[in-house]
Amino acid sequence: MSDILPAGTPAPDFTLPVTPDQKLSLSELRGKPVILAFYPADWSPVCGDQMGLYNEILPEFEKHGAELLGISVDGAWCHVAFAEARSYRFPLLADFEPKGEVARAYGVYRSADGMSERALFVIDKDGKIAWSYLSPIGVNPGADGILDALESLPK
Amino acid sequence: MAKLKTPVSPEDHAQGDSLAPVTLVEYGDYECPHCGRAYPIVKGVQKHFGKRLLFVFRNFPLTQSHPHAEPAAETAEFAGSQGKFWEMHDLLFEHQNRLGLPLFEQLAEELDLDPEALSASLESHEFVARVRADFSGGVRSGVNGTPTFYINGVRHNGSFDFEYLVEAIEADLAAPRP
Repeated sequence: MSDILPAGTPAPDFTLPVTPDQKLSLSELRGKPVILAFYPADWSPVCGDQMGLYNEILPEFEKHGAELLGISVDGAWCHVAFAEARSYRFPLLADFEPKGEVARAYGVYRSADGMSERALFVIDKDGKIAWSYLSPIGVNPGADGILDALESLPK
Repeated sequence: MAKLKTPVSPEDHAQGDSLAPVTLVEYGDYECPHCGRAYPIVKGVQKHFGKRLLFVFRNFPLTQSHPHAEPAAETAEFAGSQGKFWEMHDLLFEHQNRLGLPLFEQLAEELDLDPEALSASLESHEFVARVRADFSGGVRSGVNGTPTFYINGVRHNGSFDFEYLVEAIEADLAAPRP
């Protein structure tokens, strides 16, 4: 597989379902920092859950004006059920068809497993990757790296 | 490798010898079932290492999924302000499935604390700043869920089952000191 896109690379644009009847393009968010959080699958165990943590610390991301997008290969309806069950207050994108295309573009698709890596990107307001991080798949990377990266963005 | 950014200080709630060679820090949430499961395990680990271990508990309430987690943390801090943090910490975990104001008041009474003063404290969020400070420090240290443990300042990424925690602490004790 290809390597995770490093800092300094223009973030590949994409358009993905954000609900069963709405789509979101990365380019629509130009002008503010975007946190792109790839994760392997919805419905992983509850309290140690990465998206749950991000939901909790959303206000810290918002202090930087940043938009958080979760992204996995699960379908839009699966995301709806998952986000409702966990009361998530940020969008989950469905990298579902063609499966994992966006994960592949960012160099974080696991072909053997058919799911994405656990990987984080902070994209600056001009659409350039400012920071990227590939986590061991079983380890929730937390949010410290994201916050460090947001703080290092030029004002 | 995630590291503890907020060093253990006298402000912390700590059990054990402050000069112990190993400090185990837990970021926990009184309503989190995993933390409830970890509670007796940590007791066992403390017993196993005795004087060689200092244990510190910090608050990491996941308020979005656990509505009672923050008031429970504030209740423990209230008890802590009167020298009864650990007693309340233990009782909260032992009654984890009944968290809520009636239980908090009942536990306060059991510990000879004033239940009315407790409910006033919860009402005014007297200790919320302390709880949030623990939380923010945890976020910056790479807390990635609850419970998250740090062994001498380094995040423990493996299982928190007794034998794994003991093994990780033994490994740290055996490591050469700078």
